[in-house]
Amino acid sequence: MTDRFNLYHYASPATFYPLAGRLIPWFAALAAIFGLIGLYIGMLVAPTDFQQGEGYRIIFIHVPASWMSMFIYLVMAFWAAIGLAFNTRLSGMMARALAPTGALMAFLSLWTGALWGKPMWGTWWVWDARLTSELILLFLYIGYMALVAAIDDPRRGDKAGGLLLLVGVVNVPIIYFSVKWWNTLHQGSSVNLAKSSMAEVMLWAMLLVALSFWMYSIAVAFARVRTLILERERNADWVKAELAGDRP
Amino acid sequence: MHNIVFAVIARDLRLALRRPADIASAVFFFVIVVSLFPLGIGPEVDLLRKLAPGVLWVAALLATMLSLPRLFADDHRDGTLEQLALAPHPLGLVVTGKVIAHWLISGLPLALIAPVLGIQFDLTADALLVLTGAILLGTPALSGIGAIGAALTLGLRGGGVLLSLLVLPLYIPVLIFGAGAVDATVSGLGGEGHLSLLAAMTIAAIGFAPWASAAALKIALE
Repeated sequence: MTDRFNLYHYASPATFYPLAGRLIPWFAALAAIFGLIGLYIGMLVAPTDFQQGEGYRIIFIHVPASWMSMFIYLVMAFWAAIGLAFNTRLSGMMARALAPTGALMAFLSLWTGALWGKPMWGTWWVWDARLTSELILLFLYIGYMALVAAIDDPRRGDKAGGLLLLVGVVNVPIIYFSVKWWNTLHQGSSVNLAKSSMAEVMLWAMLLVALSFWMYSIAVAFARVRTLILERERNADWVKAELAGDRP
Repeated sequence: MHNIVFAVIARDLRLALRRPADIASAVFFFVIVVSLFPLGIGPEVDLLRKLAPGVLWVAALLATMLSLPRLFADDHRDGTLEQLALAPHPLGLVVTGKVIAHWLISGLPLALIAPVLGIQFDLTADALLVLTGAILLGTPALSGIGAIGAALTLGLRGGGVLLSLLVLPLYIPVLIFGAGAVDATVSGLGGEGHLSLLAAMTIAAIGFAPWASAAALKIALE
């Protein structure tokens, strides 16, 4: 039993803290490498679009940011479910640590979308299904952060926030489809596994930037979860030893 | 099993009817908000007729929000909620009773007053009928989803504002199909599809939301 890799070993904040610290530089480096290659291909190698000109290149930020904003919400809901089911301490902290990054991605997606929409559609904002559901996703992130910030007891905050995330994740498809039936103008999804409407090189650039954002999100979430662990466990012996050791 | 639901409904209604001013103030809030829009937009009848469904629905959402904090707060303050949580009945059934009572107190009066306000916006008889039906069908979902938010924010600082941050985004589907039903009727497409979807949301919300609220209440009472 002892020599088998034990996943639960790292469920404890005391063991996860140093692990996260060791992993952060790797994820940060991967984020930088993937980001540089992806943006190089996207900005310099990929051909100019025959319809949209050079302006379409913002898609290499826009689409990965949108993907990540949705994906991070799912990951948060996953951690929320784990936290509520197994009563683990670290899960709630992971959900909290991911929330600001998810909100940032949702905001980036809206912002780059507006910058793209002005030259292409002639307007910064339209009440289209995808834009509106992305905006609502941003509201959901903000609601989650406001709720956990308002609860002083961290354990209650984790659980209440977790429940809100689960309710949100059930509602996201309902919201998405109701908004979709309400109005649709956005161009169809550009990436489709069966038959992509994009040149292959563009797809590669987009996937590389998405990977870069993914690695970035992990690195930032780990950094944030480390500060959360220190804050929560400040009375534990290992934190006192850790902080004493850091001092010169 | 169902006696507990009816017992909670009867109790909440009796308590609410002892303070009728609370019910009236939410209804008048609805009336005032709806009446403000023509003042802000201007009295052109064509424009108002177009805006009416959305305005009435948004006002109904806000009026529902207004009465939500009271759903659990009074019972929490005097300890009743803890006794209810300790009772042998599932807490979800208790919350179901409270949600239905909340709808009878807040949603039903809105549906009854909405046609009168619709006349101010020069809606046709058909549209008024669909509007009333949509509000009747949709507001139970608002009470159900709102109960989750009310339970999550129980006893927190600035609970009311926080509650609206949490709950209003989740109300969007009800708003879309509620206002859409009236729009579809006005444009001659028929609002039956929208009304069916509203009914589906209400059934889902009344069926599932009380259990989520019960879980949130248990977290808050720990």
